[in-house]
Amino acid sequence: MKTEVNLCGIKMKNPVTVASGTFGYGREYDEYIDLNKLGGIITKGTSLKLRPGNKPPRICEVPGGMLNSIGLQNPGVEYFAEKDLPWLRKFDTKIIVNACGSTIEEYVELCKILNTLDIDGVELNLSCPNVKAGCLAFGTSYEGVKEVTSQVRKVLTDKPLIVKLTPNVTDITAPAKGAEDAGADGVSGINTLLGMKIDIDKRRPVLANNTGGYSGPGIRAVGVRAVYQMAQAVNIPVLGMGGIMNGDDAIEYMLAGATAVSIGAGNFVDPETSIKTIEGIENYMKKHNIDDINSIIGTVQMN
Amino acid sequence: MGVKVNCELVKKEVVAEGIYKFTVKAPAIASKAKAGQFLEIKVSKTGAPFLRRPISIYNICKEEGLVEFIFQVKGEGTKLLAEENVGAEIDIMGPLGNGSFDISDYKKVAIIGGGIGTYPLHELAKELNEKSDVTVYMGFRNKDLVTLEDEFAKVSNRLVITTDDGSYKEKGFAINFLKEDCKKEKPDMIYACGPLPMLKAVREFALEENIPCQVSLEERMGCGIGACLGCAIKIISGEEPRFGHVCKDGPVFNAKDVEI
Repeated sequence: MKTEVNLCGIKMKNPVTVASGTFGYGREYDEYIDLNKLGGIITKGTSLKLRPGNKPPRICEVPGGMLNSIGLQNPGVEYFAEKDLPWLRKFDTKIIVNACGSTIEEYVELCKILNTLDIDGVELNLSCPNVKAGCLAFGTSYEGVKEVTSQVRKVLTDKPLIVKLTPNVTDITAPAKGAEDAGADGVSGINTLLGMKIDIDKRRPVLANNTGGYSGPGIRAVGVRAVYQMAQAVNIPVLGMGGIMNGDDAIEYMLAGATAVSIGAGNFVDPETSIKTIEGIENYMKKHNIDDINSIIGTVQMN
Repeated sequence: MGVKVNCELVKKEVVAEGIYKFTVKAPAIASKAKAGQFLEIKVSKTGAPFLRRPISIYNICKEEGLVEFIFQVKGEGTKLLAEENVGAEIDIMGPLGNGSFDISDYKKVAIIGGGIGTYPLHELAKELNEKSDVTVYMGFRNKDLVTLEDEFAKVSNRLVITTDDGSYKEKGFAINFLKEDCKKEKPDMIYACGPLPMLKAVREFALEENIPCQVSLEERMGCGIGACLGCAIKIISGEEPRFGHVCKDGPVFNAKDVEI
């Protein structure tokens, strides 16, 4: 039974990765699961310099999942390269760095550094809904995505480049094509959906930032649809995510066109969600006599 | 370092209306747990509500491998948990938190709690009571909400119970009784857990009087282990303020290090 997949040059032992921002730099989950079993780890969104993050409350629960407004708190790329990367490299899994910035210049400077590090790929974050500048500001249009991606592509010459996209758009195929036309090797999505929860007694939003990104099983149907549309629109691989809680959910994404998947908020509910997803995929393959997981990618038959 | 285990619910008690004490068989957690740490408890088998519920540890019995926690039914999640019966398996991660209470050889300590914030202080009082002179101050809104008086009496040298409306024992806020006692003799350490206004007042008083003080805090939590960075708290001990996290850096902090 073959579970290996090749996500735009990143050869993974299985299609299951953990999503950016839900897994830190891996240390916290090392206590609960064997990181060697993962296809890949996508790091916490990392910027050129330290980012303090947003004020609390940063998190609240909503039907079908949660809202978060962390605001990309991270120690900066130098700290990551020095403290976390050597530790992460001890594990037999692919390391993809989620890269975020406030300006095109910042993305470029960051990716110059990432190009020199011992990592397997970069996920360019053009879709975080919780920061004032950058990210989503570039990510909603064909032109915006194409501009940032092409500038980054010039300096990120030695690593696969995946562009992470937002569902908070009219047509997700437009930014996806922008990424492809600018030379990206893959696209990923969906990032969180912009949401808001109001405390009706206080008549104020629960989150200090007022709005936050919605994740969890409630967004899965949106993610599957978006991944299907992206896979139809571009000729580069898609990394699919949004509300995956088990192997069946992962298979759904792969049938829609995802070459690999990410577990996000599911990690919070159960640290073993990623491992159980890998097992669930294998069980599906046994049940349906599938020898090679690649044979199901994008094979959904539309009505 | 925490573990994730399915624990058998061996005893379920009603402490007061809507407040439950669960005793679970969890040797792997009990053997490592320290006063002030907490558990992340999966309350739903269907996935709704979505997140685990962080609940602090009330009592640890290392020899028997038992852990006790007390919670109030506040919403859907705690309601589901309260419906579990003896014999049920509960999915628990713990013990969590790197910041636990400082159990040193103090001569005299003061422990102050308000409402349901008194529960995380029980294990602390129990452990301190073996070597220190422990005074526990517990504040409640009214007589009906006073809980676990006997239990706290057993683990303290002196127990002061206050109600805001004077319907039981002393009338007024617990902190005023602490302040009054401090005029006679200052404790070597103050430990506090409870509503934010109480914690703010205790922190301010301790800083003014130069008495070491530890506070147990809460904030809306996601993962409970320091990965999601949700439960941010402003740390002011370094050169520049930064956001730490209640689950990983706490839930117990030195009062002078945090902004409440």
